[in-house]
Amino acid sequence: MERYRFLLSGSGGQGVITMAILLAETAALEENLTAVQSQSYGPEARGGATRSDVIISDSEIFFPKVLQPNILVALTEEASSKYLPLIRPGGLCLYDCDLVKPNPRVDAEQIGIPMYKNVLAKLGKAVAFNICVLGALTTLTGIVKLSSLEKVVERRFAKAHFASNQEALRLGEELAQPYMAQV
Amino acid sequence: MSATQQDVRFVQGNEACVRGALYAGLRFFAGYPITPSTEIAEHLAENLPKVGGTFVQMEDEIASMCAVCGASLAGSKSMTATSGPGFSLKQEAIGYAAMAEIPCVVVDVQRAGPSTGLATKVAQADVNQARWGTHGEHSIVTLTASTVQDMFAVTVEAFNIAEAYRTPVILLFDEVMGHMRERLVIPPAGELPVTERLRTAVKPGVNYHPYLPREDGRLPMSDYGDIHRYHVTGLYHDIWGFPTEQPEQVNKLVHHLVDKIEGRVHELARWKEFYLEDAENVLISYGSAARSARHLVETRRQKGHRVGLLELQTIWPFPKDLVREKTANAKNVFVVEMNMGQVMAQVKQAVDNPDHVYLVNRVDGTLVTPTDIGNVMRVIEGKGV
Repeated sequence: MERYRFLLSGSGGQGVITMAILLAETAALEENLTAVQSQSYGPEARGGATRSDVIISDSEIFFPKVLQPNILVALTEEASSKYLPLIRPGGLCLYDCDLVKPNPRVDAEQIGIPMYKNVLAKLGKAVAFNICVLGALTTLTGIVKLSSLEKVVERRFAKAHFASNQEALRLGEELAQPYMAQV
Repeated sequence: MSATQQDVRFVQGNEACVRGALYAGLRFFAGYPITPSTEIAEHLAENLPKVGGTFVQMEDEIASMCAVCGASLAGSKSMTATSGPGFSLKQEAIGYAAMAEIPCVVVDVQRAGPSTGLATKVAQADVNQARWGTHGEHSIVTLTASTVQDMFAVTVEAFNIAEAYRTPVILLFDEVMGHMRERLVIPPAGELPVTERLRTAVKPGVNYHPYLPREDGRLPMSDYGDIHRYHVTGLYHDIWGFPTEQPEQVNKLVHHLVDKIEGRVHELARWKEFYLEDAENVLISYGSAARSARHLVETRRQKGHRVGLLELQTIWPFPKDLVREKTANAKNVFVVEMNMGQVMAQVKQAVDNPDHVYLVNRVDGTLVTPTDIGNVMRVIEGKGV
């Protein structure tokens, strides 16, 4: 199998690291793949640039960091301008088109989806934004099954949040569907 | 969870350390949380009370280390966790534990220093501090790991060694290992050996000599504050634990403190090796840097290069003979670490040809990469970068 190198980036508080953990845990525990998740952040609890790396493979992973992602998620303009130039030529970049502008000069399939706006409109609160992004990312890459991801989401959070998280996952899937032909 | 179902988790290295400590029977933790070790305190605050243990967030680092000494003497397997700045502050009480022969485990999840350095970035520059951070002649055991699974295993080992030899054991992890998540399989109880401390058979009311070795050299302990009254001090002491300045007793104790560790280098050596049999270039590494080294070795082997890796899990006492033996046929030895050559200095002393030992390092707060290693190797091999 191709080795998937994800770089998930945004601002502290957006749930970037949680997203990375859920993705990697799904691969490692539900799909019997090898996954390593690592992160890099500044001393701030909120704000500041956040990045988390996930590598998923069917063989052992040694070097745990992503130097050149083939899949990038950018949830802020800062993150996009910092990490988009790193993307492997022809890679996939998923971004929120209300938060980030695409960069046509970079050789990557750049898919902008209004996820934040939709999460606010459909769920009434922004907290499940990262789960929606994960739903879209999983749909576009097919690296793990959405049903496996749902299992991990259910296990990781309090029962009270499951319904809205489930809705956020489905929303992400639905929003990503029209772009399937592009990946 | 049923008996047949495996306990498999996807966790950070720091949590694996916590799970290993609990597996080994940890019952007391005192600490002052600091990045990148904080998750160890967090998980223990949640989990220690569940097994009847005690978690204390202390007022500072040295108090934490002192509390660990007290709790261990009183009979609980004890641990603290910190990073470089806190490790500096704990040193006085680590020396006390070495002198008074108190079993305990000290975790240092290394970040870049000196001083507060880079709070959230990786380094491996506390190697010599682990060995010599506290003053005076003594020896100490220091272990490392390069996978989340190994962090679990060496933590169990650390407690076993601490209890068996009545010594502080340092777990020298680093930011990348502490924060990285991987699959962890927790073995069922009983699968990994767990060493319990040797307790005295001396009955209540009968004199107990805390520092009178048995014939095999071991010192049985008595839970402090329980049935025997005895004295514990950081001063040189006699078999009763009372201070002494008798040159003969002082000399004997210095030798005992050093020999009980240095005399067991072979027994305490833990390592992993990959493709060493025919390796012309041998990499020596540990902790997260060893992952980069392994990455390079695996890719170069696919191209037919004769390169191998010796990953040291025991850094102190330094396994000199092992290093000499494993590099005996190597043309070049590359030590991959994130400092200015702290383990390299030991390797140079160990090998027959120190001129062929090279440092591959990175000291900018980022993980050394396989490309960094490859570049240095190319230069040494005369191929240019």
